Amino acid sequence: MDGIHDLGGRAGFGPVEREADEPAFHERWEARVFAMIGAAAAAGAYRNADQFRHAIERIRPDAYLCDGYYGRWLAGLETLLREAGIVQADELRARIAALGGDPTRPGGARPAEAPDRVAYPPAGEGNRRSVAAAPVFAEGDRVRTASFGVSGHTRLPAYARGRRGTVTTWHGAWVFPDSNAHGRGEQPQHLYTVVFDGVDLWGAAAEPGTAVSLDLFEPYLTAWTAEVDT
Amino acid sequence: MSEQDWRAIRAEAIESLLVERGLLDPADVDRVIETYNDRVGPMNGARMVARAWCDPDFKARLLADGTAAMAEFDFGGAQTEKLVVVENTPDTHNVVVCTLCSCYPWAVLGLPPRWYKDPAYRSRIVREPRRVLAEFGLVLDDDVRVRVWDSSAEVRYLVLPRRPADADGLDEAALAQRVTRDAMIGVAQP
Repeated sequence: MDGIHDLGGRAGFGPVEREADEPAFHERWEARVFAMIGAAAAAGAYRNADQFRHAIERIRPDAYLCDGYYGRWLAGLETLLREAGIVQADELRARIAALGGDPTRPGGARPAEAPDRVAYPPAGEGNRRSVAAAPVFAEGDRVRTASFGVSGHTRLPAYARGRRGTVTTWHGAWVFPDSNAHGRGEQPQHLYTVVFDGVDLWGAAAEPGTAVSLDLFEPYLTAWTAEVDT
Repeated sequence: MSEQDWRAIRAEAIESLLVERGLLDPADVDRVIETYNDRVGPMNGARMVARAWCDPDFKARLLADGTAAMAEFDFGGAQTEKLVVVENTPDTHNVVVCTLCSCYPWAVLGLPPRWYKDPAYRSRIVREPRRVLAEFGLVLDDDVRVRVWDSSAEVRYLVLPRRPADADGLDEAALAQRVTRDAMIGVAQP
């Protein structure tokens, strides 16, 4: 989806602000949220990281930018727990009020466009799978990425849409986030590292001698030839 | 009420509901803190880098199959199903990002620093890597190519930095002390 999370190439964020000797967690509530994400998965609130990532993508854009990383996790956690029926919105509001918080403050994320619960268990450990189909592309192949975005979860960033690049590595088949995030099955797809010259991404504004590589699923790619391009 | 308070209260509210339902052991929070403070962090990746600097055979294995090399150290766990190690050379500098979320090789670097997860780094490093690296204090010559690795699937990336020129005579353990988290993300040189 064309959400605020898709940050590559956006302008206006200013310098990268760093902090010396950062702890793993700055506040205890951050570690609480981290632990609860694991507990929520164990409780069946969500089945895979794709579903969790998409919950975070559905956060209000202003909250996404302002609440910080664990603030985003907190909203994703709340969303998944509510959508799974493990925590009810009214009992959470009551609990927030009892703890001295503001129960009217909006939390969580918007509903998914096509709400669907992920009911199936993973087909195996991790995300790597085997598929019968041979990979369409090989190292050195020139490819073009899809030109248009999709309404749901996807892993093709907007800045790399409709661009031409070169396949450098084939990684085998992996669970397809675009379907897995929405409970439409794992639908494993071949995955490739594709390198894009800076000029092909940013035009004349590109810094010289720079390239960006992305790990892209086969459905995002078509073969590119010079004839097609002109 | 500070910005932080509402998140802490909300987290506590959800935690109390999960504990009541028997879905969360409150001790899990301390286990998480202990894990990422003491056991899983950039010291893991630093040991691999230092060994690669000392042992050419290990370096070859590390670059050929980062996941298998990681297993030699018993490093593993969440968020590092496939590790690819990319080597900095006199010609090419590598730097890692995740523009869509904050993918990061937890098993070898621990949890990412805030700046890695913030919009400024995620938006800018793909578009103006030389400028961002210069802000980090890493000014690259024009003839050094920069390759940015945007972690958009489940492959995780670790940069193998160049061995410091002034590190002759240091053993593997001493070298590991020189390897920083930032060097393994690719925003610094050890």
